[in-house]
Amino acid sequence: MSLLEVSDLHVWFDLPQGQQVHAVRGVNFALDPGERFGLVGESGCGKTTTILALMGLLPPTASASGEVRVDGHNILAGGEDSARGYRWKDIAMVFQGAMNALNPVKKVGWQIAEPMAFHGIAQGAAARRRAGELLEMVGIQAAAAERYPHEFSGGMRQRASIAMALACQPRILLADEPTTALDVMVQAQILDLLTRLSSELGLALVLVTHDLPVVAQTCERAAVMYAGEIVEYGPMEMLFHQPRHPYTRLLFEATPDLYGDSEVVSIGGAPPRLDRPMAGCPFQPRCDVVLDRCAEEHPALRLVGPGHEAACHHTERAGST
Amino acid sequence: MPSHRTGGLDVTGSQGPAAAGDHASAVPLLEVENLTAHYQVRPRLTQRVTRQSRLWVHAVDGVSFTLARGEMLALVGESGCGKTTTAQTILGMVTPVSGTVRLNGTDITGMPERQMRPLRRQLQMIYQDPYESLDPRFRVEATVGEPLLVHGIGASPSERRELIVAALERAGLSPADAFLARYPHELSGGQRQRVAIAASLVLGPDLLLADEPVSMLDVSVRAGVLALLDRLRRDGRMGILMITHDLSTAAHFADRIAVMYLGRIVEHGPSRQLVRHPQHPYTKALLSVVPARDPRVRSAPQLLTGETPDPVDVPTGCRFHPRCPVAVARCSVQDPALGVAASGASPSHQVACLLA
Repeated sequence: MSLLEVSDLHVWFDLPQGQQVHAVRGVNFALDPGERFGLVGESGCGKTTTILALMGLLPPTASASGEVRVDGHNILAGGEDSARGYRWKDIAMVFQGAMNALNPVKKVGWQIAEPMAFHGIAQGAAARRRAGELLEMVGIQAAAAERYPHEFSGGMRQRASIAMALACQPRILLADEPTTALDVMVQAQILDLLTRLSSELGLALVLVTHDLPVVAQTCERAAVMYAGEIVEYGPMEMLFHQPRHPYTRLLFEATPDLYGDSEVVSIGGAPPRLDRPMAGCPFQPRCDVVLDRCAEEHPALRLVGPGHEAACHHTERAGST
Repeated sequence: MPSHRTGGLDVTGSQGPAAAGDHASAVPLLEVENLTAHYQVRPRLTQRVTRQSRLWVHAVDGVSFTLARGEMLALVGESGCGKTTTAQTILGMVTPVSGTVRLNGTDITGMPERQMRPLRRQLQMIYQDPYESLDPRFRVEATVGEPLLVHGIGASPSERRELIVAALERAGLSPADAFLARYPHELSGGQRQRVAIAASLVLGPDLLLADEPVSMLDVSVRAGVLALLDRLRRDGRMGILMITHDLSTAAHFADRIAVMYLGRIVEHGPSRQLVRHPQHPYTKALLSVVPARDPRVRSAPQLLTGETPDPVDVPTGCRFHPRCPVAVARCSVQDPALGVAASGASPSHQVACLLA
């Protein structure tokens, strides 16, 4: 049994006119303690919606189905009542732009201690002491707990929001674009911190980002999402060196590399609309190796190597050999 | 306040390779010489009461470079290093304390708006965020056509429409007729940025300043927009100054890279050479933290502690010495000038480090 198991997760959003957007379409993955897992894809592919569903923090217009199991317990089973018991204590999240969402009129230490009191972990002096310890853990002096967010630099604020997510000693940390607005040097410091935390505390880390090199250097495994589905899933090395889905390959080709000499190519077209039924492979209109059946038949994720899955009709022929 | 500096300073010698590949004219498209721009810090009440002397942010401090037609120069560095202020000073949005900006040989530093206006046709800016820079109530035709109205170009609507269509086609929005009547919300991020580019191309500029032109776009369309800029400068003989924090992009698309730190250019050279043989400790550190695409290539990130110091309180000597892993005693006293790197392979590779 894995620490976190997500199976057949679907999320729909209701639109005002009565239609629905099928934003997440049958996502499966599992995570063990201390593991670092990347969820990559372009904007609108459903990666943020997926982790919001894991937190039980979808907006009221959304409905979800499927299972999210922590230690085998399905936390989606009882709606908000069952999710509340796990949120922050077992699964915590660093939101996109969290560093800009700190309360400007409260001291940083107070903001880290607040969830501890709310969840009955620690109160008063004990909570304040623990807030100091958490700040030390993320590389900020404990004395800085008495300072206000505006006295912190961007990198320090992001460290503080990570400390806040760790307040209730979660075992799973979901980080949504944690380095996107940061400078490269600060980005490297934050990624170094997340890597250290996951190995020292045994945290299972889900890193959500559009930045492939960041995932390549931080995570052991990753899932590539497209139009609400995982289209390829596997060890990072396989995704880069032997991608089995054209989208994964093209995404890497579209990313410039410091020392690479290969041409950087964009992917033509745009992702499909998710508010109408889709026939065939969702990537087919943008794909560079389309087969006849791609327009009609939806490819399922299939095993193409050890721990490596891809949803592409091409894998059927190649995979059988 | 513009001031010509022609004295014995190391300025002319410290410029980049002048007009590489441009033999037609001796005058480079853009010459920036010893540019310095300061901002005044709004004094706190206590400082006003005690009448402390005013504080200044040394945003840009003695920056020199040239750019030829058909060339792309990338200005890279962390936030607060002065790269955007440099561009704003070139555009005349910020008045420099000293130094000169020459466009096609004409000194445009601190030029009054009335004189500057006709020259603006030659000098256009592309902003970072096409979700913010386009007016949501304007159709594409109006957005791209507005500069023509401002500059009084095109006698009739049909003449203007021809220019608009041509600009859209050059920006890769083809067939242009299909885009004319659209609103920004009907366009993807990449298409929006192409509309913004078309709006600057419509005036036929010689020089484009592109401030983080793709950082707000999805990975899959970034390459397309960058390839468009690449094409414009190669085929269109346009000079492009690209401001970016992304070294991988700079290495791929720019001819030369200038690395800025605290208002100074600390290293400047041909992209490939600068990336493969960096000379300045700051450049080395910056390159070491760029994540590689290949998970097998494990970089050894050389993490600098802290963040860029406050440009109000610039360190003495070499500005980088408090964070420098190899600094020696004299680095805190002596301010290194940009000069040809002793260990560098080419005279166009310059570095400002006492130890290089």
